[in-house]
Amino acid sequence: MEGRNLASINYNILDKSQQKLTIAGRLDMENISSLWPEIFKLIKKNKPKVLLLDASGVDYCDGAGIGLFLKLKEKQKENKGSLQIENLKPEFNQLMELFEPGQLSKPEQIPSFFKRVPEQIGKSLTISMREVYSQISFVGEVFVKFLYTLFHLGSLRWKDTFLIAEKSGANAVGITALLGFLIGVILAFQSAISMRKFGAEIYVADLVAIVLFRELGPLLTAFVLAARTGSAFAAEIGTMKINEEVDALTTMGLEPVRFLVIPRMLAAVVITPLLTMFNNLFGILGCILVMITMGFAPITLINEIQHATNLTDLFGGLAKTFVFGYLIAGIGCLCGLQTGKGASAVGDSATRAVVSSIIAIVVADGIFAVIYYFLGI
Amino acid sequence: MDDNAKSIIKVENITIAYDDFVVLKDINFEVKQGEIFVILGGSGCGKSTLLKSMISLIKPVTGKVLIDGKDIVTAQGNELRDILSGIGVMYQNSALFGSMNIIENICLVLEEFTNLPKDAMELIANMRLKVVGLEGAGYKMPSELSGGMKKRAAIARAMALDPKIIFLDEPGAGLDPITSAQLDELIRKLSRSLNITFVIVTHELDSIFAIADRVIMLDKETKSIIATGNPNELRDKSTNPWVKQFFNRQAVEK
Ligand SMILES: Nc1ncnc2c1ncn2[C@@H]1O[C@H](COP(=O)(O)OP(=O)(O)O)[C@@H](O)[C@H]1O
Ligand SMILES: [Mg+2]
Repeated sequence: MEGRNLASINYNILDKSQQKLTIAGRLDMENISSLWPEIFKLIKKNKPKVLLLDASGVDYCDGAGIGLFLKLKEKQKENKGSLQIENLKPEFNQLMELFEPGQLSKPEQIPSFFKRVPEQIGKSLTISMREVYSQISFVGEVFVKFLYTLFHLGSLRWKDTFLIAEKSGANAVGITALLGFLIGVILAFQSAISMRKFGAEIYVADLVAIVLFRELGPLLTAFVLAARTGSAFAAEIGTMKINEEVDALTTMGLEPVRFLVIPRMLAAVVITPLLTMFNNLFGILGCILVMITMGFAPITLINEIQHATNLTDLFGGLAKTFVFGYLIAGIGCLCGLQTGKGASAVGDSATRAVVSSIIAIVVADGIFAVIYYFLGI
Repeated sequence: MDDNAKSIIKVENITIAYDDFVVLKDINFEVKQGEIFVILGGSGCGKSTLLKSMISLIKPVTGKVLIDGKDIVTAQGNELRDILSGIGVMYQNSALFGSMNIIENICLVLEEFTNLPKDAMELIANMRLKVVGLEGAGYKMPSELSGGMKKRAAIARAMALDPKIIFLDEPGAGLDPITSAQLDELIRKLSRSLNITFVIVTHELDSIFAIADRVIMLDKETKSIIATGNPNELRDKSTNPWVKQFFNRQAVEK
C-alpha cells in the first residue's frame, strides 16, 4: 500500500466514542482529491465523537493537505465532535497556522421558510416601491422643468437640442421610410388575397391607410425610435455617469436634468410625429405601388384613400406619437442616469431602456385605444 | 500658510452610509483657508465618499458640512448654486465633457453663471489654460489629450469661476511619476499664488510629502479618522502602528 508518491488511509474504530484515522504518504492536490470523498464517506457513516488523526506517516503536505485537516475539523464541529491531530511534523504544523482562516466569513444563515418568504416579499416590495418613487419623482421633476422650458425658451440649450434632433430624427428618416414602404407593400399584398375573394380589391387601400394612420405608423416609428434613440440616450448618459461627467455637471451648478434630459425630451417629442408622417407617407406609397400592379389607376386609389380616411384618423395617430416620444426619451434618460458601476452597466442600461420603453409604448397605445373608443374617434 | 488662518470648511459629525452599509461614522475636521489638505487612507475606506459628501453629491445620514459658513448638506436651489459656484472639483477620471472642446468645457460654467460676452469668456478660458500650462490646446477635444493634460484641463475648468476651494479626487491616479510630480507642482503654485484652498484625496506618499500642509487618515475598520496633522510630524511621531507603517514603509520603499 505504501508507495513513494502515494497517500493512504486507514480507519479504525477504537471504542464507542473514539475512532482513529491514519493518514500517510504524500498529501498533495492529486492524492488528496482521490482520498477526499472516501474519508468523508467514512466520517459520515461512523460519526465519531472524538476523531484521532494520526499524521505521523505524512511525509509531504501542502495546501491541499491542510485543507483536508481544516475541513475535517469543521465537519467534526458540525457533528458536535472533536478532532485531535497527532504527530503532524512541525513544518506542516506551521503551514496549518498559516492557512487556518479562523472564523470563515459565512454567507448569512438562511432563515426558515416562513421567516424568509415574508421577509423577501417585504424587501422586494420596498425596493420596487423605492424604484417607483424615484421614477415618479423623476417624471414629475422632468415634467415641471419641461413645462418651464416651453415657457422660457431662452433657457433651452438649442445647439444640443438641434444636434440631438438631427441625430435621432433626420438620420432616421431613411430607415423609417423604408420600413413604412415595406409594411405598406406587405399589408397590401396580404389583404389583397382575402379581398379578391369578395371582388373588393379596391378596399385594400382603405384598410392599409386606416391601419397605418391609426396604429401601425405611430407604433412602428416609436419602436424604431426606442431601439435607435432611446438606447442611445441611455448609453450616452450612462457613459457620462460612469465618467463622473454627470457629477461634474451637478457640482458646476448645472442640473443634469435641464442639461441632458430636457433637450433630448424636446427633440424626441418633436421628431416622433414628423417621422411618423414619413412612415405613413411611404406606407401609402408602397400600397399604391402594389395596387397599380393589380391594374388600378393611381388617381382612383388616391380618391379612395381620401374617402376612407379623415383628419381624425391622421391626427388621432399623430397625437399618440407626442406621448410615445416623451416616453422614449424619458425612459432612456432615466435609465442612463440610473446606470450603476462596472463594465456591463452601460449595456444593461441601454437594454433596460429599450425593453421598458417598448412596454410603455404598448401600454400607452392601449390606453389611447380605450380613450379613443369612448370619445368615438 | 499661517496657523491661525480661519477655517473655510468645517465638517461636523457626519455619518455616511450607502443604504445600510455605514462607510464613515462621526467624522469631524476643519480645513483652513489657503491650506493644502489631504485625505488619505487605504482603498475602499471611504475617501471618495467623504469628498462627495463635501460637494453635495452624497447626502450624509447625519451631520453638517459648512463651506464658508453655509451648510451644503441642507442647501437647495439658489443657495446651493451659490455655494457650488465658490468651489471647483476635479474628478478622478477628469470628467471633461467628451462632446465639447476644452475651451467649451471651461466656458460652460461661465455661460451658466455670468453674462459675459463670448469673446470675454474665451479670453478667461485661455487665461485658465495658461495657468495650468495648456496654452494652445484649447480647441482640442478631450479625447485628443494625454492623461496628464486631461487632468490639467480639468483643473482649468475647476478654476473657471475663481473658486476659493478646489477638490481633487486622486489627481495622480493613472499618471506616470513625473507627470504626477508636475501636477503636484501646479497645485502648489496655485495654492501659493492664488491662495486657493485644496482638498485632495490621494494615497501617493510622494505626493503627500510634496504638497500636503495637513492630512487626515481614514480607517476602514473603525470608520473614523485615526490621525490628523502634518505628514512629516506623523511620520516621525505617530504612535499608531497603522499610521507609522503607512508613512514609513512606503517612504523606505520609494
Ligand atoms: N455607490 C455605492 N453604493 C454602495 N457602496 C458603495 C458605493 N460607492 C462606494 N461604496 C462602498 O463604500 C466604500 C468606500 O468607497 P470609496 O469612498 O469609493 O473608497 P475609496 O475612495 O477610499 O477607495 C467601499 O467599501 C465601497 O464598496
Ligand atoms: Mg476613490
